[in-house]
Amino acid sequence: MATSISQLLKNNKSTLLDGWIQKQLTNESLRDDLMTNDELRTQSEELVNALAKSLTDENITQVDSSDFDEVFEILSTISMSRARQGFSPRETGLYIFSLKEALIDLLQQKLSENPTELFELSQKLNRLLDNFGVLTFETFIKGREDVILRQTEEISDISTPVIQIWDGILALPIIGTLDSSRTQVVMENLLQKIVDTGSSIAILDISGVPAVDSLVAQHLIKTVSATRLMGADCIISGIRPEIAQTVVHLGIDLSNIITKATMASALKHAFSMHRLAVKRHETEKKGF
Amino acid sequence: MLMTLSKDSMSITREQDVVPCRNRVKEVAVKIGMGIVNQTKLVTAASELVRNILRYADSGEVLIEVVSKGRESGIRLTFSDKGPGIADINLAMQDGYSTGRSLGLGLPGTKRLVNEFDIKSTVGQGTVVTILKWKNG
Repeated sequence: MATSISQLLKNNKSTLLDGWIQKQLTNESLRDDLMTNDELRTQSEELVNALAKSLTDENITQVDSSDFDEVFEILSTISMSRARQGFSPRETGLYIFSLKEALIDLLQQKLSENPTELFELSQKLNRLLDNFGVLTFETFIKGREDVILRQTEEISDISTPVIQIWDGILALPIIGTLDSSRTQVVMENLLQKIVDTGSSIAILDISGVPAVDSLVAQHLIKTVSATRLMGADCIISGIRPEIAQTVVHLGIDLSNIITKATMASALKHAFSMHRLAVKRHETEKKGF
Repeated sequence: MLMTLSKDSMSITREQDVVPCRNRVKEVAVKIGMGIVNQTKLVTAASELVRNILRYADSGEVLIEVVSKGRESGIRLTFSDKGPGIADINLAMQDGYSTGRSLGLGLPGTKRLVNEFDIKSTVGQGTVVTILKWKNG
């Protein structure tokens, strides 16, 4: 009579768990700096329980069976949280593969007198747990992608600061590429800040923009036009020599926009528009 | 006699591909020792054409080749897509003409930025643009 794998699993749950934990603890990839042993044990116990509950002799060959939904869910949660905690893919992979080893060890103990059955069951288990392994990787990568996506959003958020550098003068250093969504953020921030501070001059610095193609230029022109509608003047600074040549060859007309090579000269221009002058203090001259 | 020294291709499918493609072109340009002005011109031209692919054809492919002719070396870029094609190339090459509400400088501007420019397009089948920039051109 064939051995019931589900029965076997249910009866030997604690042996399996102990074996598995033992394997994880002795493995050199154990990260006790990222996770305590207690946490590891709770996590592993949850997974073994779910597996024992859902595994039957029928569905062992049907890896996509909905019976395993609970196991899948626990696995996804584990690998997702591991991805965020900074586990490497190898460590996460070994976690699930060491369960496979523990399971096979258990089978070996129980079925040592029946090699054919042992082989058959091991193979079925192998297939099932490999599938779990693949799933773990998929969710692990998804977890990492989520991290990247969040960082991308954060970058576009923090990379468009509007700074008030003088009474009535705003500066906006643009770093990176100006695409449509970025322009939208830049424009919104700038226009809002103009209202908030009552500024009349805005300096857009494009030193950090690697290439100015016609789309970037179009976005710049739009931003300048919108600023003008708000009654403020706009100066574009940070135009490098090679950018200047490229813009001319492309045929982009920036002649009705005030442009300067450096932020310093843009600020100087802004001062003169406000009839301000920067003077060296008299008393300091005595030091010479 | 034009000789191809190295070949590299990448596919363009989304807006996030513009920057990696530009960086790839720039890398190659730096490798053959192209000056900063020509580098910027070539990278800007590439940027224009990649944006055209994304805007009009959704996806396409870029082929980056290092070529040499006698002592002169340069970079040849081929942008191919299976988009709607261009009905009137002469019109599309005019400054300020655009069917996509842009400045209309992409194609004519690109032509001015590079040494050799070739465009082939069949309506309904797609467009192939080939540009070449010499190292000291």
